[in-house]
Amino acid sequence: MKFDTPAGRNPIDQLKVVGKATDRIDGPFKTTGTANYAYDWHDPQSKAVYGFVVGATIAKGRIEAMALDEARAARGVLAIVTAENAGPLDKGKLNAAKLLGGPEIEHYHQAVALVVAETFEQARSAAALIRVDYAETKGAFDLAAVKDTGKPEKLAGAPSDTAIGDFTGAFASAPVQLDATYTTPDQAHAMMEPHASIASWDGDALTVWTSNQMIAWGTRDLALTLGIPKEKVRLVSPFVGGGFGGKLFLRAEAVLAALGARAAKRPVKVALTRPLSFNNTVHRPATIQRIRLGATPDGTITAIGHESWSGNLPGGKPEAAVQQTRLLYAGANRMTQTRLAMLDLPEGNSMRAPGEAPGLMVLEIAMDEMAEKLGLDPVEFRIRNDTQVDPEKPERRFSQRSLIECLRQGAARFEWDKRIVKPGQVRDGRWLVGMGVAAAFRNNMNVKSGARVRLDAQGVVTVETDMTDIGTGSYTIIGQTAAEMMGLSLDRVVVRLGDSAYPVSSGSGGQFGANSSTSGVYAACVKLREAVALALGFNSDDAVFEDGRVRSGNRSVPLAEAVKAGDIVAEDTIEFGGDLSKTYQQSTFGAHFVEVGVDVSTAEIRVRRMLAVCAAGRILNPKSARSQVIGGMTMGVGAALMEELAVDTRRGYFVNHDLAGYEVPVHADIPHQEVIFLDETDPISSPMKAKGVGELGICGVSAAVANAVYNATGIRVRDYPLTLDKLLDRMPDAA
Amino acid sequence: MHGSEDLELNRRHLMAGASACAVATACPSPSWAATGNASDPVTSKVSLTVNGTPHEIDIDTRTTLLDAVREHLHLTGAKKGCDHGQCGACTMIVDGRRINSCLTLAVMHQGDAITTIEGLGKPGNLHPMQAAFVKHDGYQCGFCTPGQICSGVAVLDEIKAGIPSHVTADLTASAAITADEIRERMSGNICRCGAYSNIIDAMTEVAGRQA
Repeated sequence: MKFDTPAGRNPIDQLKVVGKATDRIDGPFKTTGTANYAYDWHDPQSKAVYGFVVGATIAKGRIEAMALDEARAARGVLAIVTAENAGPLDKGKLNAAKLLGGPEIEHYHQAVALVVAETFEQARSAAALIRVDYAETKGAFDLAAVKDTGKPEKLAGAPSDTAIGDFTGAFASAPVQLDATYTTPDQAHAMMEPHASIASWDGDALTVWTSNQMIAWGTRDLALTLGIPKEKVRLVSPFVGGGFGGKLFLRAEAVLAALGARAAKRPVKVALTRPLSFNNTVHRPATIQRIRLGATPDGTITAIGHESWSGNLPGGKPEAAVQQTRLLYAGANRMTQTRLAMLDLPEGNSMRAPGEAPGLMVLEIAMDEMAEKLGLDPVEFRIRNDTQVDPEKPERRFSQRSLIECLRQGAARFEWDKRIVKPGQVRDGRWLVGMGVAAAFRNNMNVKSGARVRLDAQGVVTVETDMTDIGTGSYTIIGQTAAEMMGLSLDRVVVRLGDSAYPVSSGSGGQFGANSSTSGVYAACVKLREAVALALGFNSDDAVFEDGRVRSGNRSVPLAEAVKAGDIVAEDTIEFGGDLSKTYQQSTFGAHFVEVGVDVSTAEIRVRRMLAVCAAGRILNPKSARSQVIGGMTMGVGAALMEELAVDTRRGYFVNHDLAGYEVPVHADIPHQEVIFLDETDPISSPMKAKGVGELGICGVSAAVANAVYNATGIRVRDYPLTLDKLLDRMPDAA
Repeated sequence: MHGSEDLELNRRHLMAGASACAVATACPSPSWAATGNASDPVTSKVSLTVNGTPHEIDIDTRTTLLDAVREHLHLTGAKKGCDHGQCGACTMIVDGRRINSCLTLAVMHQGDAITTIEGLGKPGNLHPMQAAFVKHDGYQCGFCTPGQICSGVAVLDEIKAGIPSHVTADLTASAAITADEIRERMSGNICRCGAYSNIIDAMTEVAGRQA
């Protein structure tokens, strides 16, 4: 099905199942330990053996020699895979560095060997016996030091730089100006499930139970890496224990499991150890960002400039931190610039809301600073500079844009009017209390997505698509979509996901999964409805599917009647085309409100209240969508207050490479969180009239926290995270 | 015999360590592989009662309780999130108390009664805590969930048993089941998806029902 004109009324609009707050259909499995994640698969007929990954202990250089004999002789060892004995290996299209290093080493903890043994304990023990001699070469590890060597680098589907009007002139002549530089650190996805795969060969055919957000990319890149036809590779990933972008791509453990299984002639299971994960895989790259804002005294922005510097390995991409600044606020004179420098740290790549998350961390502090300079309420300042068109291309309207409504509703709900403008004025016992606000913005992307649906003699519809559920609630919204389309209750729908044997979907990423994959299911169900109507002798245009029956005029028959002659299967793919994305800018909006307390003696920061108001099209399942948003808010608190991969600029690696060193929010860090969804449908986006929401939740949160800390203490921190050492020597008197 | 000195030293150390539990007369008995190579694994028989079912397994003494249950008994509900006691995904209830099963060796649990997530309830017959997690969407990806739920069940018991926490204001009074108490006690169970707010709602509901 081509989606190239705005959606009219369709069966989804009935909202009998879609749009209702619904318990997840996979919930009973996840809560009882009966959902099988990659490392959980067990086949008594074909018992897997264990692989243990060895990582490089230099950041850049060459392996001079590897001593494997001792490890090979250790009890239980079946095989050792290295680049030297693995045979020719290519590189996946989406990998910057090789997944099995050697002799050249491109980053610290790049995999250099896999030890396969009968047991995990044996594999781990033998791995420690491998001796590697390296010739280390000098690398670049410090973004600040190499920043000025950065070159313009395109963003995904957008130029590196943009310029509208006369930014330089307008900024220079602006009565009120802000020119500030901010930094965001390298961050880790730190999803709870480490990268894990079990690989099994049957002749020349390979099956890999894995944990991957994008089945089709993974299948293609694994086949490419191994040099075998794509048709010979099957990926199975029905449950993914978190990804946040870290599992978009093929990673080392899947390749090594396949190679290990080939060498040992047994199925091999491999999980990256937690300490290896941080340097072996990908991370959100650090940025240095400069914001310049010029405004008239009434608070009209006349000049807005955003420059961003980040680093990456050769072949890696820049962090697109300027992306939202092209679209979020009005301003006649504008510029953005993206510069990418070469670094020899592990590969930087997408992490939840790549671009916007770090971009808004900075832009939305700058907006707070500018509001203060102007003597304007920060909510009012943002409202005053709203735009209903793409500011760089004014002929393009936003399909929907309710930023003002989000800010106003949020302000009322949060009792923003009680905020004392002058910082450092509110005390609650030992706490200095402050409130902060930030806008949330994330583009809505649509991606081609396919599904297959089968109606069987029991009247049950089974949906199959290679879409993944990474915690996003895909199982449930896909089930809701099929139930709504076929006039069934949700318990009459079976959903099967995450298998390359199923039609290729959008996969999970860029908050495009929910809207795209359900639209693919919609398309397949349209075909199934036509086939059912045909089988029953109905005209498909006026056939009504409801309560397990098909009705037309006075005639009504059970749905299952249609399959007397056998199951009916339909398959289709939704493709987003035409001029819709050119004519309209599709984005999602929100407003975050945060209250913090800062300990007057220790500068410890505690988040006390959080509210998000979101406008993101139709909300398919308000229960799981709310969870997506609070999850983003939680990660945003982490980014604001604690998350930072500490770079050893001498040895070139992330020092705090485990969950004790890389701190993420825990229960005690997070208060009750409130989320409001505006009632919105967007017929420009898809037949579902929905948009993404999974990443909107993190966008802007960290800045709202930082702004609240400023309001509490009067201390402006421009370098994330806001750890107490950055406040302590500037804290107001404790008296 | 090659490495026999090392072996003797190991045996003495092990026996010295084992004497602490000798009164139980049920210590696992170690056995060495016949080759006698010092790098050979030491295996041992250990009896565990998991979710009410007794098991006797002969395993490498380096095997954690987590790996024994997952890889030998094939109860894969408990998850290995970090293998370092930093995340809580492996939480099990051992003799009534929650434990990071990745931080303890299986052979240290001779005769112990172990409850894993599979022992609390099953699809179609959920434990009240499991049902509350579903109702309040107290999870997203689900990977930390078995640990959160085992921990959650044990936390409510700890509070009821009067065990204080860092945030208990009055150590002489019995702790109340408050959101702050739950947050403090659950902080060893990381949820990167950020379902914390919902987990507190789920646990508070179960606590209210129990009270």
